[in-house]
Amino acid sequence: MSLENQSYTLRVNNKSLDVQDAWIGESLLYVLRERLGMPGAKGACEQGECGSCTVLLDGEAVCSCLVLAAAATDADIRTVESIGDGQTLSDVQQAFVESGAVQCGFCTPGLIVAVENLLTHNPRPTEMQVKEALSGNICRCTGYGRIFDAVSVAVARRTGVSQ
Amino acid sequence: MSVKTRTRRDILGTSALRPDAVPKVQGKFAFSSDLWAENMLWGATLRSPHAYARIVSIDTTAAWKIDGVECVLTHEDVPGKPTYGLIASDQPVLARDFVRYMGEPVVLVAGDHPETCRRALAAIKVEYEVLEPLVDPEKSIDLSVPPIHPDGNLIRRQQIIRGDQSLIGEVVVEGNYELGMQDQAFLGTEAALALPDPGGTGVELYVATQWLHEDRGQIAACLNLPEDKVRLVLGGVGGAFGAREDISLQVHSCLLALRTSRPVKMQYSRQESFFGHVHRHPARIWMRHHATKDGRLLRVEARVVMDGGAYASTSSAVLINAVTHVQGPYKCEHATVDGYAVRTNNPPCGAMRGFGVVQACFAHEGQMDKLALACGISPVDIRLINAMETGDRLITGQTILNSAPVAQCIRETAEIPMPPNMTNDTDVLAIPGGSGLTATPSKIRRGIGWGVSIKNLMYSEGFDDFSTARCTVEDGRVSLKFATSEVGQGFVTLAPQIARTVLGLDEVFIETIDTGIGSAGSTSASRQTWMSGGAVNGACKLVATNIIAEVAKMRGLDPSTLQIQGTDIVDLSGNAVESVVAATKGKRFSETYEFHHQPTGELDENGQGDCHTAFAFVAHRAVVDVDPDLGLVKVVQIATAQDVGRVLNPLSLLGQVEGGIAQGLGLAVMEEIIVENGRVRNPSFTDYLLPTALDAPDVIARYVEVPDPYAPLGAKGVGEPPCISVTPAIVAAIRDATGVDLLRVPVRPQDICL
Amino acid sequence: MIYSPKSISNAVQILQDDPDAQILSGGTDFMVEVNFGHRAPTSVLSLRAIKELCTWSQQDGVIRIGSALPYAQMETGPLAKLLPALAQAARTVGSPQIRAAGTLGGNLGTSSPAGDSLPVLYALDATIIIATATGERRMAVKDFMVGPKRNALSKGEIITAVELPASTGYQGYSKVGVRNAMVISIASACLVHNPIDRSVRLAMGTVGPTIIRASAAEKWLGEECDLASASSITPAICAEFGRRCGDESQPITDHRSTAEYRRHAVSVITSRLLERCAAS
Repeated sequence: MSLENQSYTLRVNNKSLDVQDAWIGESLLYVLRERLGMPGAKGACEQGECGSCTVLLDGEAVCSCLVLAAAATDADIRTVESIGDGQTLSDVQQAFVESGAVQCGFCTPGLIVAVENLLTHNPRPTEMQVKEALSGNICRCTGYGRIFDAVSVAVARRTGVSQ
Repeated sequence: MSVKTRTRRDILGTSALRPDAVPKVQGKFAFSSDLWAENMLWGATLRSPHAYARIVSIDTTAAWKIDGVECVLTHEDVPGKPTYGLIASDQPVLARDFVRYMGEPVVLVAGDHPETCRRALAAIKVEYEVLEPLVDPEKSIDLSVPPIHPDGNLIRRQQIIRGDQSLIGEVVVEGNYELGMQDQAFLGTEAALALPDPGGTGVELYVATQWLHEDRGQIAACLNLPEDKVRLVLGGVGGAFGAREDISLQVHSCLLALRTSRPVKMQYSRQESFFGHVHRHPARIWMRHHATKDGRLLRVEARVVMDGGAYASTSSAVLINAVTHVQGPYKCEHATVDGYAVRTNNPPCGAMRGFGVVQACFAHEGQMDKLALACGISPVDIRLINAMETGDRLITGQTILNSAPVAQCIRETAEIPMPPNMTNDTDVLAIPGGSGLTATPSKIRRGIGWGVSIKNLMYSEGFDDFSTARCTVEDGRVSLKFATSEVGQGFVTLAPQIARTVLGLDEVFIETIDTGIGSAGSTSASRQTWMSGGAVNGACKLVATNIIAEVAKMRGLDPSTLQIQGTDIVDLSGNAVESVVAATKGKRFSETYEFHHQPTGELDENGQGDCHTAFAFVAHRAVVDVDPDLGLVKVVQIATAQDVGRVLNPLSLLGQVEGGIAQGLGLAVMEEIIVENGRVRNPSFTDYLLPTALDAPDVIARYVEVPDPYAPLGAKGVGEPPCISVTPAIVAAIRDATGVDLLRVPVRPQDICL
Repeated sequence: MIYSPKSISNAVQILQDDPDAQILSGGTDFMVEVNFGHRAPTSVLSLRAIKELCTWSQQDGVIRIGSALPYAQMETGPLAKLLPALAQAARTVGSPQIRAAGTLGGNLGTSSPAGDSLPVLYALDATIIIATATGERRMAVKDFMVGPKRNALSKGEIITAVELPASTGYQGYSKVGVRNAMVISIASACLVHNPIDRSVRLAMGTVGPTIIRASAAEKWLGEECDLASASSITPAICAEFGRRCGDESQPITDHRSTAEYRRHAVSVITSRLLERCAAS
């Protein structure tokens, strides 16, 4: 390959991972999926209009398709693979499973990251705060109803308040 | 997929959870786009920039010279049949002489990196003689333009002539309705991984599709391979909604893999996906309704024109659905209908959730509201007066034998409480314009609208529609094998529910979904619960019979005195003879069952015939808030009562209902592929707008459970009805709020306020 | 090559040494172009590590916002209190994920007439601070944007900050889109009332090749009312003001909307902004 390549190291889910000889135009989404074996973040629009590729970059939810991977070498990157411990589910993940918030599931990993991020910053969001926080995550299957329900369930469990 | 499913309580009628939900929330579920193979290449497609052009020459020399490019293919490299298609084989695998729509595939490349492929595509020189595209469907009907395809410009015409052709009602209303082109916009774009057999003797394809066997047949023909040398495995499917019924990259990825002798992965970008699959047919529908002055519908006249785009796909079947549903769920004895599906140089159209009925329903529900107005009765009463019942005849002459609780759907919807009125405290995000702060709350108007629909289930017009399933019980454990595509709808949840219920065993595994068993038909037409559900039910019942026979033989009992109840085999007095787990210990039972629905017939030239299998019904009531000055709309609430036969999984059902409603909302107020002179102007999620979390309405759903005598589980398909009449209901609500006679969807702001 | 300088002076020096280096800030426009094959970077200058670009400060009634401060930080908190219209505009930018990454520098660098924050900068007569090889230059925002996706930034220069006056009276923003979230503007406007200099400033987005200041409508309004307070603004004046703003717009028809609707919509929202000003 005669592309313009560079090697660098990313810090993903508390691990330093080497990226060898990668084209510098690669998005963080591509590098996670195709080079680092973490396909949890999904690509569905390549322009930040669907949220399927949401990851945490220094604690903020961003679209990994819009992050130039080679320029994110100083960032703390967290992906859906870091949520739960890999075996047991987080409360948000469990709520998604139980509430019917998953159909085809393509938007799900991005939503899980977005909801975890919301609840970290705002443990007791109002209905409208939930909707606004998730307004960048397109779901084509569910119509969002079961997703909102899942968030309510997760909030109730996390705060010990029944809603 | 082999997933251990849950406990006893997950039988039919319960909200059993999806077995694949756990890997999906963890990001571990393997969608087609997640697949990877050692030594894999990436495939990419060069597409036509023109809606209609003659190909003068194709020069791939420069692409071959790029480092990392392994293969460049044109139409000359297709070893078998040069065309494919679902009903008519009219679409070239790669364009040869002409390109007939913007985005038609012309050249394929395989390279070591997506960016390498992109540069290779840019280096290919295709010389076109650009031609004037045929974009007006009327010109395809009047034959005023030379054929753009050897099969001609008219894909199909179908008339329906029934009853008194000169009847004029005391009340006559008419309207011209138009629907824009909607996209299925599944989130997981087209993706596949093709693995060539050594020596190029065959290929294995992991692909996101709705119908593995149909794909296999078309792929094998184009590759010139026997069908048994083409093995398809379902890759994880990120939604479908009809767009995966036609093949897209299936033949292409196999061609590249066989030529390079290396695994090839193809994955469309969102932009390419807009060009890579068929869309919902845009349609123009004229209707004239004749009724008595007290609102009884007597005669429907209609002219339906559906733009099929450049290739036939399922256009002929979509047309039949449209013309046979123009009366809606209402009694009507007399009809004069003329329908056309035509070829143009617009993007090809085919299957999308609702399949022709969406278009007809938008028009007939607009007409019912006009009729209500003309007769001075309410939108609810006009629909109740005319509501269809079991035993009524359609305008095709077919008698409805299914349960048909239309009036009950309407009444139960009407009983659902209205949402509270907007107040000064209403969050700005919940009013039209949202965070754009466009609205002045005092100027917002509320409207209410109704939509009711009838939808045929399964395939029509004599197609031998069947599904196959195998049930194997070994040591108290069930495994199920079928080729039913799981696209998100939840058959992988339902099938184990059926097995647990029939067999009294808790542990159910689903084997890999592939072509290693007979066809299941497509995951479309609201058919898999009925068809593959019927097949799984049939296979499980055969196995249950064998288990009972074995127990009877061992114990010297008459098998007709035994049955499975709960987890036990019981005798006539209900006493447990043995648990099913114990009865199957150390034994293996396996049966395959093929479920066929009742045969259907063709339509004659007057559109008469029993062409459909079964029907489902639904009512929707929409409440909207509108900013009349800006033409912005917020859908507040959708109330619905749906005829489902029997609820098999309440949670899955609600997901289908809410999801379908969101798609119908999209068509009503925002979703449209904009095509200008054959050119798609908005192939991206920036400009093709899908409903977000802030656009979703509150949905309140009720289910009307009248078990269908013909359905193997008593349950009707539930996938399509939610998205059909919700669109006209929303538009009716906007009309109610504004007084503007809106006859086109999606409703654009300027349609309301200018 | 990826450059990640930690200071503005380093960044400017890198651009001197490698003039082809492309400037990357939040990435929300840059990466779309890369992903769509419209931009193939060979070397990139990332502003991520330059902390001073990601901060804001206030001195003598002037607020200085670093060009790489994400929109999310303008939506709420003390900055939102100082610049309510900017907060309102920031909340309409893309999605929460985009607002966590997108910046004023990006909106200015791209110079799209649909850039959500730009009408606010125009209505507040913002000053753009630009680092150059020889130091720093300052430009009025109206001189910065010269056409659709064209601006006065020269090669080797970096937008480092935007200076805006703190709010002294009502200010408001409004944006028309077809969906209730994550939508490109069809028409937008920002109105700023300054009772001290007795002015109302009104800037419109997405209705012309650049952001348009409704100068004639502003002048007319100043003649009709004493803008020392908003109390003399009547409903009739609001309606006429909106009509005049519409007259000053120069919208086009494209796949997102029609010129006719855009002109109408901008009239409605400018009129409503003035109503809100009057009610404030």
